[in-house]
Amino acid sequence: MRQYQNVFTQVQIYGPTEMGVPVKRGQRERLGKPILNRWIGMIGNAQIGPFYLGYTGLLALVSGFLAFEIIGFNMLASVNWDPVQFVRQLFWLALEPPSPEYGLSIPPMAEGGWWLLAGFFLTISILLWWTRLFLRARALGMGYHIPWAFAAAIWLFLVLGFFRPLLLGTWSEAVPFGIFPHLDWTAAFSIRYGNLFYNPFHMLSIVFLYGSAVLFAMHGATILAVGRYGGEREIEQITDRGTATERAALFWRWTMGFNATMESIHRWAWWFAILCPITGGIGILLTGTVVDNWYLWGVKHGIAPAYPDVWVPTVDPALSVGPSESAQ
Amino acid sequence: MIKPMRIGLIVLSAAVLQACWEAPPMDSEQSGFRGTGMLQTTNPDVVDPILADNVLPEPIAAVPVVEGGPTAGQIYQNVQVLGDLSVAEFARTMAAITAWVSPEQGCAYCHEGGNFAEDKLYTKMVSRRMMEMTMEINTQWSSHVGDTGVTCLTCHRGNNVPEYIWFEQDGPPTAGGISAKGYQQNHAAMNVGSTSMLSDPFSKYLTTDPAPIRVISQTALPQAGDARHMSSTQATENTYSLMFHMSEGLGVNCTYCHNTRAFTSWEQSPPARVTAWHGLQMVSSLNDEYLEPLGPTYPPHRLGPLGDAPKTNCTTCHQNVNKPFAGASMLDDYPIWRPDE
Repeated sequence: MRQYQNVFTQVQIYGPTEMGVPVKRGQRERLGKPILNRWIGMIGNAQIGPFYLGYTGLLALVSGFLAFEIIGFNMLASVNWDPVQFVRQLFWLALEPPSPEYGLSIPPMAEGGWWLLAGFFLTISILLWWTRLFLRARALGMGYHIPWAFAAAIWLFLVLGFFRPLLLGTWSEAVPFGIFPHLDWTAAFSIRYGNLFYNPFHMLSIVFLYGSAVLFAMHGATILAVGRYGGEREIEQITDRGTATERAALFWRWTMGFNATMESIHRWAWWFAILCPITGGIGILLTGTVVDNWYLWGVKHGIAPAYPDVWVPTVDPALSVGPSESAQ
Repeated sequence: MIKPMRIGLIVLSAAVLQACWEAPPMDSEQSGFRGTGMLQTTNPDVVDPILADNVLPEPIAAVPVVEGGPTAGQIYQNVQVLGDLSVAEFARTMAAITAWVSPEQGCAYCHEGGNFAEDKLYTKMVSRRMMEMTMEINTQWSSHVGDTGVTCLTCHRGNNVPEYIWFEQDGPPTAGGISAKGYQQNHAAMNVGSTSMLSDPFSKYLTTDPAPIRVISQTALPQAGDARHMSSTQATENTYSLMFHMSEGLGVNCTYCHNTRAFTSWEQSPPARVTAWHGLQMVSSLNDEYLEPLGPTYPPHRLGPLGDAPKTNCTTCHQNVNKPFAGASMLDDYPIWRPDE
């Protein structure tokens, strides 16, 4: 028998477009006549618009565009303006931060100046976008959960590119702009500081990252599974639970002995999500500033076990040669 | 309409996958304590053909030495390196070198016309120095080559010029001007495992006065003042690119030499790391003492784009195998390459 499985959005509503609740400044913050799109309706609300740009949105887009262009044109210059190589090697190309000898000074444009400028505009853009989120949440009389969640991501971004380089006194410790280059940087960063897996804040960040995925899957699946009983009306069901909630709650009590509520599951998800970059940012900030080798730190604090020898333990061969070779 | 598109997509992604990844099954061999991830992972589809190419040719039969017979140096003129060999052994050695280095051109690759004693061709000057280098490797660098040793064949494998050599590189063309410098990285670099890292770790680490490879801090906490460990994350990327070269050149994983939970810890490292360390010393020394100084001897077409002589790195001998010729030695058949000191 065919069964109704609620996996894609099945129901699309066509009718007069929704302009949203009245706010203090009225309708002048709603740009454009809304349109309906069937394809967009497959994955969300079929209605596009009305929009709001405002000063913060406009300036965020302008400075974000400047950062994007600085990075993009430097990448294009790095393949000598060859569009074929630009596309072919796009994932390898990068804009690198200055080298260590420049410290926190402003380097020549070709030796990190562009990186500093791109980072400046990108930071301005992100902070303005945060302001926009905050102001729009206020305009609608909402709580500030969304801007604060975004702020958690901005914290990690600023730790990587600003706070930590500032504490270490060199822009060179920041991340390059580029797809593979930032991944290579990440691997090298972990190696330089003696294996980030022994960093407890890195551990916590991974817990919250994977935990977020698990919670997202559990919650999404639960609501879809009771969709046939109106389970997607979860906000009303916080106070008036109905059969969908009762079935979902009993399912989890049966299978794992405990259930979150229609309300608390969203706190679980929100805290897991924001704690991922918050704890990760703390872990990065401590690296090189407070701890220089996380593996040795782990040994010192008893979290890195010793294993039986399989070989005769080797000895650093540089110890038996002259000092000129010992740097090798 | 959708169906052909879907099939096309599947074919396209299969082609991309085929180009980027090796198809299973893989072989995996445990090399350290259980549960520590100390494994060597190899793909038989890749490794088997390489190993099949790493079989030694039959040695040329040795001629019994006549006691008190004349040496090559007494019979022939201008024999500077192999003069102490008996005439028969000298001829056998020359025949072997010809088979290893210039099987197509024969003797004429190094010896011009009728006078074999003449030092006219650059190839003869270079091969004389290469013979000295081979002897130096086998006598002075047993810390790396052990009792196995090397001969001309280890690198040449029938080629006039070994397949895997390196030159200094300018890096790919960039626009220059005020655009950001490339620092020889952030392009797809095949000799460092297709990463975006330093594409020429060789001039940095494998020549005269090599840059320090060690970048990991030796203390849990940062030290104050002069004791502070100053290696940058950027320097770590450069070391990492050299390590990629070693890994690719030897066809091994990181765990062949390192316990990856603590890359820097010697006491947790497999013994191969010590051998590799001596190999790095050896390669720097050979480039410095033997290969770079040959620059003026070569004709321009043998020099690199920046005018430097061809040089060696790990792949030159190893050719994607952890032990060239799977560890088989030729020194018993050709003992001249490890002369008694």
